[in-house]
Amino acid sequence: MARTISFSAALNEAMRLAMRKDEHVILLGEDVAGGATVDHLQDDEAWGGVMGVTKGLVQEFGRERVLDTPIAEAGYIGAAVTAAATGLRPIAELMFNDFIGSCLDEVMNQAAKLRYMFGGKAKVPLTIRTMHGAGFRAAAQHSQSLYALFTHIPGLKVVVPSTPADAKGLLLASIFDDDPVIFFEDKTLYNMKGEVEEGFYTIPFGIADIKRQGDDLTIVAIGKQVHTALKAAAILQERGVEAEVIDPRTLSPLDENTILSSVAKTGRLIVVDEANPRCSVAADISALVADKGFDYLDAPIKRITAPHCPVPFSPALEDLYLPTPEKVLRAAAEIIGDETIVPV
Amino acid sequence: MAVARSQSIVLTKEKAKWMYQKMQEIRQFEDKVHEIFSRGVLPGFVHLYAGEEAVAVGVCAHLTEKDYITSTHRGHGHCIAKECDVNGMMAEIYGKATGLCKGKGGSMHIADVSKGMLGANGIVGGGFPLAVGAGLTAKLKKTGSVAVCFFGDGANNHGTFHEGINLAAIWKLPVIFVAENNGYAESTPFEYASSCRNIADRAAAYNIPGEVVDGKDVIAVYEAAKRAIERARNGEGPTLIECKTYRNYGHFEGDAQTYKSLEEKQKHLQELDAIVKFREYLLVNQLCSEQELAEIEQSVAKAIEKAVEFAENSPFPTEEDLLRDVYVSY
Ligand SMILES: Cc1ncc(C[n+]2csc(CCOP(=O)(O)OP(=O)(O)O)c2C)c(N)n1
Ligand SMILES: [Mg+2]
Repeated sequence: MARTISFSAALNEAMRLAMRKDEHVILLGEDVAGGATVDHLQDDEAWGGVMGVTKGLVQEFGRERVLDTPIAEAGYIGAAVTAAATGLRPIAELMFNDFIGSCLDEVMNQAAKLRYMFGGKAKVPLTIRTMHGAGFRAAAQHSQSLYALFTHIPGLKVVVPSTPADAKGLLLASIFDDDPVIFFEDKTLYNMKGEVEEGFYTIPFGIADIKRQGDDLTIVAIGKQVHTALKAAAILQERGVEAEVIDPRTLSPLDENTILSSVAKTGRLIVVDEANPRCSVAADISALVADKGFDYLDAPIKRITAPHCPVPFSPALEDLYLPTPEKVLRAAAEIIGDETIVPV
Repeated sequence: MAVARSQSIVLTKEKAKWMYQKMQEIRQFEDKVHEIFSRGVLPGFVHLYAGEEAVAVGVCAHLTEKDYITSTHRGHGHCIAKECDVNGMMAEIYGKATGLCKGKGGSMHIADVSKGMLGANGIVGGGFPLAVGAGLTAKLKKTGSVAVCFFGDGANNHGTFHEGINLAAIWKLPVIFVAENNGYAESTPFEYASSCRNIADRAAAYNIPGEVVDGKDVIAVYEAAKRAIERARNGEGPTLIECKTYRNYGHFEGDAQTYKSLEEKQKHLQELDAIVKFREYLLVNQLCSEQELAEIEQSVAKAIEKAVEFAENSPFPTEEDLLRDVYVSY
């Protein structure tokens, strides 16, 4: 049965179900339980993560399986790599994806490479959950969307969900996958509500979800930007244009077929990605379509991304930094060749 | 606990007044930000320094504009003690164009390089190597400057702590590492996260002096910092000072602080307050009169009110500012 719960609750439920199903699943990270060794603290009053996403897990599974760590990302993320390789199934939380600077070696040179480098004789069933995304007024070092960095590295799987239901199914798939997965959670989506099935289910990797069907224009959008695309699509519909909105859900593996088939139908592509533009997922998807779908195209591919600058703090600037439905509409007007599409 | 008359006064009247004023500025600034934040006016994350004033002020009392400091996510106190402009700070926290970073940095990134303030920092442990670099410049250019790295107890388990201190030690750089051990990193107690009794004990591993001081006692901090800074200026290398202190507010605004016990909060907020203690010290030792102290308190209150007015009346940055200070645009 489906109920309406938040993105954050869906993630919490996924971790709870995984930990119930398999005693090898452990959770570790800074304050994921919270208040370790504080005598007077009841487990239900403990933080449960900086945004409360893991709240209550320590009550059910205890501090042996829900481990608070020191602020030592290279240490605990690195430890999670070989904990995974030697028999556990860890979920390691990297609080903000921006902190990858403190532990990139462990992810890029260790986790990603073990299976291949050891001739297939090792597996690393590790999930790294991490927060990303601008719009929270969290400034330059707590707001980036760094999924392109990981998508670039062979040996990593990269997941960016946009709805509570996808978040739950994809997180369960990540935890039970035998390869290292970087799982992105947009901090501005945690309170978003949506229908989520009860019980255990997984969503397989490499299968994009068509969030809205349409014949006139394809919009591929990443994470939270799926909602920007859907808003733009609703306005486009009022103006007689039917946009198809595709959410790849996993960037590695990437569902090339769904994107290419859609462009074959519509002849037009806009990619909406809030990360910086150079060497981005938006650039990658554009290259895919230019390479394998050139003949389908009736107009240039458009990318709606952040500008090539760090995320500014001031709300006045951060709002300009992010993609908006208006920016998507302007691009649509341009490639459809119809000025009346742009809102006045 | 009554403050006894000191056997040896280490402060001039002028220095004493400056220190009291800075401690007041920090406390009143933070109390004001707390109040404004709770009205929902301020964007983003704000980490308040109230309760830890004696550390920033006791150390920065020895520094000039030519000296450097690196700071943390809890940086307002360091900025004020390093004489950053409070109007510019408040405007930065509001995200206004008149802020010290033109609204681009916010609370977690306030900086003023012209004052030797190399930035608050959103990355825990980010400051260690940055302070080492500033120390290297000072040594090679023979400027006589020192670099002070303020950091929290949580940061002492990060790899950069060890890499930074080791570098400063082998190159005998004029760097002072100042731990602000407030007992917690977010909700995690220091004792749980660190396999040492004192952070200062870790100095032994790098063959440099390590000292624990009462971080609520501004005179104790002042004296320890004096020794360390003299040593640094004499080319004898770095020192690690650990100040035991307490943060009066939550980790960030909005933290329910369930991990703190009532008795602990009571003790720190009432009996052990650093400003109350220093005030008594100044009176007992006749460094300041009651009237002088009251005047400082009132003038600071006015200055903080003015900073809020300045921030509120300042404009936001505009579209042209978005790509300013980017070296390459596409
Ligand atoms: C590399 C990195 N890891 C984690 C964080 C998240 N974080 C911000 S402040 C903080 C706690 C810091 O504790 P401490 O160093 O004791 O400083 P305090 O907040 O007590 O002043 C954490 C975990 C971060 N900003 N950077
Ligand atoms: Mg601390």
